[in-house]
Amino acid sequence: MSGQSAAALRKQPAALPPVTGILSWGRYPKVSHHHVHKPAWNDQLPEILKAAAPGSLLPYGLGRSYGDSCLNGGRELVDCCRLNRILGFDESTGMVRCEGGVSLADIIDVFLPKGWFLPVTPGTRFVTVGGAIANDVHGKNHHCAGTFGAHVRQIGLHRSNDGLVLCSPEHNLDMLRATIGGLGLTGVIVWADVQLKRVAGPWMNAELVPFQSLNSFLELSRESNDCFEYSVAWLDCFAGRNLRGIFFRGNHAAERGKDFHPKRGPKLPFPLPAWMLNRYSVRCFNTAYYWIHATKQSASVVACDSFFYPLDSIRQWNLLYGKRGFLQYQCVIPETNLDAFEELLDNIARSGMGSFLGVLKQFGSASPAGMLSFPRPGLTIALDFAMRGERTLQLMESLDEIVLKSGGALYPAKDARMSPALFEASFPRWRSFVPYVDPTMSSSFWRRVTGVRS
Amino acid sequence: MKKIVILGATSGIALEVQRLLARRGCELLLVARSAQRLAELKTDLLARGAEQVFTYPADLGSIQEHAAIVEFARHMLPEFDTVLLSYGSMHNQKDAESSVDILLEELHVNFVSATAILTVFVADLERRRTGCVAAITSVAGDRGRRSNYIYGSAKGALSLFLQGLRSRLHPAGVRVITIKPGPVRTPMTDHLPNARFADPEQVAGDIVRALERRSPDVLYTPRVWRYVMTAVQQIPEGIFKRLSF
Repeated sequence: MSGQSAAALRKQPAALPPVTGILSWGRYPKVSHHHVHKPAWNDQLPEILKAAAPGSLLPYGLGRSYGDSCLNGGRELVDCCRLNRILGFDESTGMVRCEGGVSLADIIDVFLPKGWFLPVTPGTRFVTVGGAIANDVHGKNHHCAGTFGAHVRQIGLHRSNDGLVLCSPEHNLDMLRATIGGLGLTGVIVWADVQLKRVAGPWMNAELVPFQSLNSFLELSRESNDCFEYSVAWLDCFAGRNLRGIFFRGNHAAERGKDFHPKRGPKLPFPLPAWMLNRYSVRCFNTAYYWIHATKQSASVVACDSFFYPLDSIRQWNLLYGKRGFLQYQCVIPETNLDAFEELLDNIARSGMGSFLGVLKQFGSASPAGMLSFPRPGLTIALDFAMRGERTLQLMESLDEIVLKSGGALYPAKDARMSPALFEASFPRWRSFVPYVDPTMSSSFWRRVTGVRS
Repeated sequence: MKKIVILGATSGIALEVQRLLARRGCELLLVARSAQRLAELKTDLLARGAEQVFTYPADLGSIQEHAAIVEFARHMLPEFDTVLLSYGSMHNQKDAESSVDILLEELHVNFVSATAILTVFVADLERRRTGCVAAITSVAGDRGRRSNYIYGSAKGALSLFLQGLRSRLHPAGVRVITIKPGPVRTPMTDHLPNARFADPEQVAGDIVRALERRSPDVLYTPRVWRYVMTAVQQIPEGIFKRLSF
């Protein structure tokens, strides 16, 4: 509420100290930023983009990318979390238009009571729509619904040189395909039209089946593809090629389950000491987890929160891995190359460094929605590794070799260290993406994998 | 609490308060400067469950616009039962120390215009002998500090005004709530190192609870500030004047 004359005088001090508080979910690498813009309204974006130097900006959402794809070390971020308004909703079709900073949690809160759910959801609901598009995230229903980007009908993209660009199948289709999975580099996603899907209610028919080998996992996965919309497996990474795990599958339920009240769970207040997670404690956890689930009643009706987002119930669970943070390794390996997959598992088991969050999923054959989309037919595995310095990085390099050899790929949203060569192998067409990068945008990840300095 | 007028609807705290009110199915009348922002806000709040949303673009700092605002409220939401004043301005204190223009603007926006618009709005509530008036002041108004006394004195004066108003409206059964937030992470404080400030969501939750209960008379949010400010007020002036915070 200030007048013009005074507003002109109210300016930030010229030299601000670097911003150090912003990290990615893995809390590695630890970089500082020169400045963080926090627009509260989308009418403030043109000014920010216009004033930006080449390669200086990167849009930032809720920081759930694990590595450095959401960071822009030494440069600037545009924190989009305050751009979180729902700009329209069509009750008859379920098409919602929302600003890029709206979180999936917000969409569930507002639209699930009306009988609409996300078309695709990752393992956490604390990501923004903009982030879900920029990483073209996938979920437990990849085999029947593809990625998040496949359900985005239109995007309003703010670019530094062209202003607001409408991207849809009719207008700028190539820009739409570049922005989906485009790691935030094509501009700021101001708004997007997302097609929600009708569901009967917030309950899920869930089933869990223990399995003891890779082949039995594949069998389960194939038989589930037809009659279960969602499927994923947890695996005990200490078991090596004598794999064991729990296969989770489910469908939206028509009947009512027990009433539930979503509540905020406990929060880890500070990073746990690093020694608490060691091969013995994790092995104990994994064994207990396996047996608890293997002996549980196999079919039940559960709340969708606990089906989709078990980890969201502990806020800041990433602090489990201690001060130095952790790295997540998510790769996809073609199914024709199961040997490579077993070799990968062996390597992880032998290292003894794996942890309890091993996730296995068979991707479907949907064609990619974006130019740099990660999901492709094959088996994908995601595993956390506490950051223990050089030996952790060495293990991951040995895994890289297997992935490279097998014709697989690594997921940028989870990565903090892949080599330019592996990026090239994972996304052979990345050079055709380059013309779509906004001149003011760059990221730590992008500079690392493309070897671009500016 | 069903029909609420919000003066300063695009302020950081008001945005969160409105979301909570929308979820409760309230009818809202929003006043702020930018018509475009109000339009965005309206679709958002309707999607989130607000029964109705009316918007009126106006500069609350300009007193000649006040009559039209009240007229609009009487017309669109004649039975409004709650008025929340949530606008304010915080300049860099150093600028205000060296510029009388900024000093006067700070006092005008935070105090003079606020008392003016409240005065015209409470007349309706007093006549109808119902309702609740709440205004966001600040813990900065509880004691004049070296680093922020200009903003603080305007907010402190507003707190004093509300104290008197509360007493005046008590016989009519109209409640007056003074909301004193500690530092909150909003666009207004982005130029400060605000990582440890309170979340606007938390502050908004406290405010909505107070509006529903029509109590307490003075709300400190987060709550710890009640105790902090009680302690700060006890420090003898001879010592306090030497403190630089």
